Amino acid sequence: MRHSNKLILILFLLGGSLVASLFLASAFGAVAISLPDILKMALNKVAIFDFPSTWRVVDETIIFQIRLPRVMGGALVGAALATAGVLFQGLLRNPMADPYIIGTSAGAALGATVAMMLPINLAFLGFGLVPVAAFGCALATVVLVYNLARVGGKTPIISMLLAGFVVSALLFAIMAFLMLSMSERLDLNLHSVYSFLFGHISVTGWGQIAVITPLVIGGIIGARFFAFHLNALSLGEEGAAYLGVEVERDKMLILGLGSLLTAAAVSISGLVGFVGLVVPHAVRLSLGPDHRLLLPASALAGGAFVVIADLLARTLLAPVEIPVGVITAITGAPFFIYLLRHTRREYAF
Amino acid sequence: MISLQISQVSFSYLDGLVLHNIDLSIKGGEMVGLLGPNGSGKTTLIKLVSGVLKPTQGEIRLDGSSLSRLSRKSVARSVAVVPQQFHIPFAFTVNEVVMLGRIPFLKPFAEETEVDRQFVASALDLVGISILRERRFDELSGGERQKVILAMALAQQPKLLLLDEPIVHLDIAHQVEILELVKRLNAEQGLTVIAAMHDLNLASLYFERLILLNEGRVVVDGTPSEVLTRDRIREVFSASVTVEPHPATGVPHIVVMPREKAVKRPPAP
Repeated sequence: MRHSNKLILILFLLGGSLVASLFLASAFGAVAISLPDILKMALNKVAIFDFPSTWRVVDETIIFQIRLPRVMGGALVGAALATAGVLFQGLLRNPMADPYIIGTSAGAALGATVAMMLPINLAFLGFGLVPVAAFGCALATVVLVYNLARVGGKTPIISMLLAGFVVSALLFAIMAFLMLSMSERLDLNLHSVYSFLFGHISVTGWGQIAVITPLVIGGIIGARFFAFHLNALSLGEEGAAYLGVEVERDKMLILGLGSLLTAAAVSISGLVGFVGLVVPHAVRLSLGPDHRLLLPASALAGGAFVVIADLLARTLLAPVEIPVGVITAITGAPFFIYLLRHTRREYAF
Repeated sequence: MISLQISQVSFSYLDGLVLHNIDLSIKGGEMVGLLGPNGSGKTTLIKLVSGVLKPTQGEIRLDGSSLSRLSRKSVARSVAVVPQQFHIPFAFTVNEVVMLGRIPFLKPFAEETEVDRQFVASALDLVGISILRERRFDELSGGERQKVILAMALAQQPKLLLLDEPIVHLDIAHQVEILELVKRLNAEQGLTVIAAMHDLNLASLYFERLILLNEGRVVVDGTPSEVLTRDRIREVFSASVTVEPHPATGVPHIVVMPREKAVKRPPAP
């Protein structure tokens, strides 16, 4: 009883910080809008409140049509990547695994690069060709890697990591070749390629959020479904099987969920690094390795982390925007090095 | 109590046959030791009985129902396995590790109940490690870890306990402690036990029935004095030994004889 109260309190606090980060990030930008005004605007959206408007109409448009979708996009990207990180680390039994480890990043990057080269301009629900290509190629790469690693009805983790490594190297090489040889002839904007590679939340309206939200929320709930099985997998595949886990089936489903979450994030943000690595890690160190808490807590913490990182990315050098992946790397990498130095024992075999 | 029927079971990995036509019948409440040289098929047989490997031919029945028709989850509710060792890469506490044994009984999204907590507490108590419950698993010694894994297996409330060389990495004190405990569970709770064993002398001391495997076949199945004869050990293990009665219990006690005369020490003056 006391145990579950503690869990609820932790999740409530993390949820609170995510909401606070959303408000904070909405307040800053090219036009400053005060926090109380934003709070009143938000409350007015709930029918029972009717605060007199102390702000300009344009402010409300900025908040609801420009900033809030972007800020929500950041939260979804962070939650998706952190959850995928927990899934991959738990499945691979490796606290150093990140969501991109089996090739999603390379697939997404190549897909996005090719899409940027094509002289086609399609848009559907705010999605251009680039996010759709990134999403599709990320998933296609995982399917390829999974099948390459498959031997006699089983998919050993180690062959999957090796296949992921080789396929990633190949796809990144093809991408580099395309960028260097074609950029002159085709209309390839190297700046947009780099902004994709380093991560940049490119949400321009509610359409994208409407598509990504069910994917991410569904993915997180699906991930939580496997919490016990991920705990059992800490013993290794054989140990998990002894505890009643259908290992090959679960492995496929967990990989599928993790890749879907990663692809959803990649489609609106490119490759934001370190979130999927550092957030699950930090949460595990402070709250313990039980996936029942680790999964929702990482999702909330990851969301808040990317919202704040994106706020810094937008405002630090305004009007120039820094890729959000640069911020997550600059803050995440030193934190990770600190963890490595202080918890080396955890990785001893 | 649960009984086990292994009929005409063969198993081959991709690169060759490992077990040939194994026929064994194990009654509920028996405590059986599997012996044999490395590669004789002991571990494979344990994995087949646990259901994580499927026989290439033949059938294994648990209390009459075919193992291949049962789901992994329902097998895990009556069969628990203790392997040589587990490596856990995350910082679980002892209590959390033992609670993993309740997973076969928990639905997704459910919380463990008071009943689960009681099973965990009594498993910790049985193994005598209640005092370690808040310690971190990865900080324990090898012997303590193996006791935690045994407690986890007991939290599964198994009717059949499979042990795959459970004491091979432990010092002699922990080896004896774990075997005594398994023997007590077998005697007091009617737990059916099958253990692959490397140490012939400990197997002789603690098991009433021994099954000797060699090259994937059952060589002999019987009491320690029927199984552990000098000629048979010399033949199967290619080791030069003599067999004497154990000074206290009279069961066979194997003494290794060095092959080279040069190894012999000079007689004391």
